[in-house]
Amino acid sequence: MTTPVLRARGLVKRYGRVTALAGADLELLPGEILAVIGDNGAGKSSLIKALSGAVVPDEGEILVDGRPVSFSSPLDAREAGIETVHQSLAVAPSLDIAANLFLGRERRRKGVLGSVFRMLDRNGMREEARRQLDALGIMTIQNPGQAVETLSGGQRQAVAVARAAAFGSRVVIMDEPTAALGVRESRAVLDLVLQVRDRGLPVILISHNMPHVFEVADRIHIQRLGRRKAVVDPKTISMSDAVAIMTGAMEPPS
Amino acid sequence: MSTTLSTSHSPGGGPLGGDDARRSPLTRLQHLLHAQATIGPAVVLLVSVVVFALLSERFLTPGNISLILQQVAVVGTLAVGQTIVILTAGIDLSCGAIMVLTSIVMAKVAADTGLPGLPALLLGFLVGTLCGLLNGLLVTRLKLPPFIVTLGTLNVFFALNLWYSASATIRGTDMPSLLLWTGQTVNVGGTRITYGSIMMVLLVAAMAFALKNTAWGRHVYATGDDAEASRLSGIRTARVLLSVYATAGAVYALAAWVLIGRIASASPQAGQLDNLDSITAVVIGGTSLFGGRGAIVGSLIGALIVGVFRNGLALAGVDVLWQTLAVGVLIIVAVSLDQWIRKVKP
Repeated sequence: MTTPVLRARGLVKRYGRVTALAGADLELLPGEILAVIGDNGAGKSSLIKALSGAVVPDEGEILVDGRPVSFSSPLDAREAGIETVHQSLAVAPSLDIAANLFLGRERRRKGVLGSVFRMLDRNGMREEARRQLDALGIMTIQNPGQAVETLSGGQRQAVAVARAAAFGSRVVIMDEPTAALGVRESRAVLDLVLQVRDRGLPVILISHNMPHVFEVADRIHIQRLGRRKAVVDPKTISMSDAVAIMTGAMEPPS
Repeated sequence: MSTTLSTSHSPGGGPLGGDDARRSPLTRLQHLLHAQATIGPAVVLLVSVVVFALLSERFLTPGNISLILQQVAVVGTLAVGQTIVILTAGIDLSCGAIMVLTSIVMAKVAADTGLPGLPALLLGFLVGTLCGLLNGLLVTRLKLPPFIVTLGTLNVFFALNLWYSASATIRGTDMPSLLLWTGQTVNVGGTRITYGSIMMVLLVAAMAFALKNTAWGRHVYATGDDAEASRLSGIRTARVLLSVYATAGAVYALAAWVLIGRIASASPQAGQLDNLDSITAVVIGGTSLFGGRGAIVGSLIGALIVGVFRNGLALAGVDVLWQTLAVGVLIIVAVSLDQWIRKVKP
């Protein structure tokens, strides 16, 4: 059996009296798109936050390539090769595309200009940004020197996805990437998700949109009441059955 | 399902493509100002200089230019610190108080103990930086709004200043000459320019460089733009804020040095309204009070606009109260313009 790239075992997270995660498990296999679905309050967000380092779980363990890790901040998860595209996108609107791609990990110029004067390698970062956007087939858009706030919702999403794809070495997590988008833009972002997977990066996709989930996912993780209720194959289960399991109207097939 | 929805990513088209062919001239202006916020203030400065030069032949004389630069030096220096704070979506009401406290510390320590100029100056910089650091700690640790924090420390620092100085002015003759050096002038093409003005320009250049070309500068913008997004992007926003407030404190200490040179003494009552004047300069210079947008050069231009307006209107024989009114109108116009620019659409 292949070792999961990312594995969570028995995660528990409590907020006061509310238990968001009640012993949640998750397994992400190499090269797959794992969709995570669940009703509101099922613990999707908490699960994803724990995996991306945004919250620290009270109990349980997270393993990357079979080795236990502990994330105390988003930086730790990033260093482990896990990149997250947050629902809020986490971009700085007034900065340009290249600056956002490298936000928090800027590159400096070589030599004295970089070491003494701390000068940024603007051109290098712009070129790299262009390469990354090109690789995902989205640099038909604009130049990387354009401010992100002048982009449409789908374009911003593309920038956030490109950032994750550029720096994620092990896992890319995407939280509701199509939630705020129209049909055409959703389509393009789903293509991006598939492209990220085709480059060999496994993807965790959180979504409420069942048609999207069934279209791109290799496996579907159904979260219910803070636990993993089932993992189903979208090719063998119907959309309505998946929703029935998600809402507790049906027990998963064994 | 997938076939009906699929679209190609052909160059120039596709759902993620953009086009800017269908823009009206007004929208294009909006986009231009959006990309280059300093253009607006620069045009205003240029036009006002031309107008005032036409109104009075004395306006463009070397002596008058020198006067304007001297008048602008203190507020212009303060505005550098104020700008970086405002870029983080903060505000610093205590900048004038920090400057005055620092100037009193520099002058009084030297006058009382006979401490030489350089250590007195360094002590002042230490005090200014610590004052800024205190602001930063209150903002980041207690998570209080910067407006409230600096409103409080404004009073604290001002009271400390009155206590330490015993409300007495320290005369220039009692100080080491180094503290007064910023008031000395050098002749540049017939215009006498103070070292204080030159220092202000160098400071603006250095800070503009840091904001534009270093990771720190980008993090300052990003933190002001969207603090939570910055944190998720791996920026240690609390550390950025602390560094900004502390740096601003050091800049205010520099302003204190310029102030001592300008008035050839250290007065606990000096610069009472300089905090508001520095905010005025920053806002007129095109930096957004909502953070994340603006430039340090704009603040220098903003300070110059205020200086030119006051000086030019005075030369044209306009009463002080109308000068003040004109500055007030400028502020409102500048902020309205900023609101409009921020509404830029993709």
